Amino acid sequence: METGIVDLSRLQFALTALYHFLFVPLTLGMTFMLVIMEAVYVMTGRPIWREITRFWSKLFGINFAIGVATGLTMEFQFGTNWSYFSHYVGDIFGAPLAIEGLMAFFLEATMVGVMFFGWDRLSKVAHLIVTFLVALGSNLSALWILVANGWMQNPVGAEFNPESMRMEVTDFVAVLFNPIAQAKFVHTVSAGYVIASAFVLGVSCLYLLRGRHVAIASRSMTVAAAFGLAASLSVVVLGDESGYALTDNQKMKLAAIEAAWHTEPAPAGITLFGVPDFENRTTRYAVEIPWMLGLIATRSFDGQVAGMSELVLKAEERIASGVQAYDAVERLKLAPQDTQARAQFEQHKRDLGYGLLLKRTLDDPRKATPQQITAAAWDTVPSVPLMFWSFRLMAFIGFAMIALFATAFVLCSLRRHTRARWFWKLAVLALPLPWLAAELGWIVAEMGRQPWAIDGVLPTFLAPSSLSRAQLWVTLFGFTALYGGLAVIEVRLMVAAIRGGPHRHEPDTPPPGRIPATPLTA
Amino acid sequence: MAFFDIETLRVIWWVLLGVLLIAFAVTDGYDLGVNTLLPFVARSDVERRMVINTVGPNWEGHQVWFILGGGAIFAAWPFVYAVSFSGFYIAMFLVLSALILRPVGFKYRGKKTDLAWRARWDWALFIGGFVPALVFGVALGNVLSGVPFRFDSDLRVFYLGSLLGLFSPFALLSGLLSVAMLVLHGSNWIALKVEPGPVHERARAYGFIAGALTLVLFVLGGLWVAQGGLGFRLAAAADHFGPSNPLRSAAVAAPGAWLDNYRAAPATVLAPVIGLLGALLAVIGNRARREWLAFAGSALACAGIVATVGVSMFPFILPSSVDARSSLTVWNASSTGHTLGIMLFCTVVFLPLILLYTGWALRVMRGRVTTREVGLNPDFY
Repeated sequence: METGIVDLSRLQFALTALYHFLFVPLTLGMTFMLVIMEAVYVMTGRPIWREITRFWSKLFGINFAIGVATGLTMEFQFGTNWSYFSHYVGDIFGAPLAIEGLMAFFLEATMVGVMFFGWDRLSKVAHLIVTFLVALGSNLSALWILVANGWMQNPVGAEFNPESMRMEVTDFVAVLFNPIAQAKFVHTVSAGYVIASAFVLGVSCLYLLRGRHVAIASRSMTVAAAFGLAASLSVVVLGDESGYALTDNQKMKLAAIEAAWHTEPAPAGITLFGVPDFENRTTRYAVEIPWMLGLIATRSFDGQVAGMSELVLKAEERIASGVQAYDAVERLKLAPQDTQARAQFEQHKRDLGYGLLLKRTLDDPRKATPQQITAAAWDTVPSVPLMFWSFRLMAFIGFAMIALFATAFVLCSLRRHTRARWFWKLAVLALPLPWLAAELGWIVAEMGRQPWAIDGVLPTFLAPSSLSRAQLWVTLFGFTALYGGLAVIEVRLMVAAIRGGPHRHEPDTPPPGRIPATPLTA
Repeated sequence: MAFFDIETLRVIWWVLLGVLLIAFAVTDGYDLGVNTLLPFVARSDVERRMVINTVGPNWEGHQVWFILGGGAIFAAWPFVYAVSFSGFYIAMFLVLSALILRPVGFKYRGKKTDLAWRARWDWALFIGGFVPALVFGVALGNVLSGVPFRFDSDLRVFYLGSLLGLFSPFALLSGLLSVAMLVLHGSNWIALKVEPGPVHERARAYGFIAGALTLVLFVLGGLWVAQGGLGFRLAAAADHFGPSNPLRSAAVAAPGAWLDNYRAAPATVLAPVIGLLGALLAVIGNRARREWLAFAGSALACAGIVATVGVSMFPFILPSSVDARSSLTVWNASSTGHTLGIMLFCTVVFLPLILLYTGWALRVMRGRVTTREVGLNPDFY
């Protein structure tokens, strides 16, 4: 493989995933907000709620189109750019993706057309059901995608089969009810609901500031305040609750987030601020709150939070054992009936992935020196400053969102929200924050998983396709240009639609005249 | 899943792969055809909008067949997914870029009244129909000819071809056949869905040409496969129950072997016959102004032509032209029985549901699109 392929592939995946993830969370939340708004319309029969629903669904549509478009890339990128990953874990990883299509995406995509075009062809209740099915479909999609992603974080219910040289399912129920996947699902969809609430809240407040569409804006603001408060509480409180400390990788991620270089006596303090220093393995200028980390991470006063140095020592042991597993696999390749190699494999198979870590510098891990093993073990530490700061900024925004929506909720409950000018400005300013938090969350989850593509199983540097740098540059450039262009167009259309507001119906037929550029027409 | 053994599951998933591809060709196929035809059959903005809205409400659901196809290949045939998607790297990128233009094209075209804006998105929609239609055909042509890839002992795949290498004369013929077939299908859909008038007449005219081309190119393709020496054959009996490891099988290039299955099981001739009769029916329906007949005909043509590729190649899915031993077959490229069984269960539960609500969604939007409706309905693209 040419050098740089891994980095270019990772860059491409990060760009396309982060871009996709700008639109998906809004879809997740907007669909449910549309259900709420339309349900009010169906129950009260007041036409203004129909108008509210249709206005927000127009904005939803602009966002949805690009969310779907960029999702296509995600689905195929595993095969195009990460073909060894696809082969190595396809037996497990492919299933949630396929079930996502069968169960969720089909429903969402089929119903979304009926939702937009069926207003005059369906009864009120039938249309509400259709809107609900769109919401259900989009959120179920998220469930299956996160089951797949959760498995990359905590690969349960599978083991390596030397006969087919890949991971194979042993227990699908374990894959499905993977606690990390479940925690991620709750956290991620809640984040989507916060983003959608902040969007509706921000746009509504903009209208109130300008004194336009007040009837629609104040009602929308109420919906956003209630939904947003519930969602922001859920995203923080339920959030990553059970996500931590379950697997070695998540322990390492937690230690990196906390810049916990060494295991502290329980209960450990939480570091609020500080400057992590990888060279000296210490955090300078640290400001700590005693006990908090122990409480959050272990829910007890006596549970210990493992530090990076100790986790690295453990990784060293697993690498040594992984070399044995690797040796057994190589022998089984030549002689599948070798019972001695088989026994050696069975004993060490759980650590095969750790043995593969050595492949970064060595063709044959069996020739590794103790120094190389130590170095490889330190490779299991993700970028500490990145984890440390991304997590803090994300968590800070999370708490800020609770404050924002709690305030909005109080204002709405007291019926002061149509006069609170200071709050309107605040809500407009806060609009981009939850997006930033969501992107940071993605960085914490995925960069925190490094150096693993699949925790403890497959190092990222082994996962890409055998491509050339030229090929990757072509697609990287192509996607950047395409996505960049679409982003500009999308933002402009959003702004125009918001400026146009709920009442204006654009003239649908342009002034008479033929389409000017018709070079294809004979 | 103890109901079926791995051999049976492999065959079932080979059939399901075909079902997915056929469902994609039959449903999203006409959407792609309509997009390709857009600049030709519709000249004014009102006409364009009429054509766009024949597929506007339903194409999104149809596209999921493509996405589901990707997911199902990943889950059931991970080797095929890994090898074909990375092997056809730049081609896949072209298809993806084209397909990305489609949803935004549909959604954004009508957001401004500016004619130049709309004309640009019409181009995007055309590309979003034509490029995938062409590249899918070219890819199938390459699959029939064999793809230059091999595995190392870790089963990492190495691809030895180039982008230009994909466009062999036979692959180009397949590409053209694919475009003709989908344009035929799309024109039949337009004829079925727009009010009588100039657009309707143009769609019929293009449909006739595309139908004739489909017939000619399909026959030509068949002759090429028979005479031109395409084909692969297993060198030794394959282990139908063994672990999925392509390096344990043996295959050789065998010119003309793509006709083996028709000799061994003459009933399989039904696939190409349905393809031919379907296309013929489409042309007859077109001339007789029987729009439903024509559409049913082109749907059958899509099904028959896709099935022909599958039947000719069984048990091969992706033969390798540089290292026939690395070839992927029904017997050596699947997931485990465990995964195949769970996936089958999900399919049995959800596929009927999907067909049910897809049919319902099409029914809700039934009726012809008229210029009057396009002018009045604010929801239309």
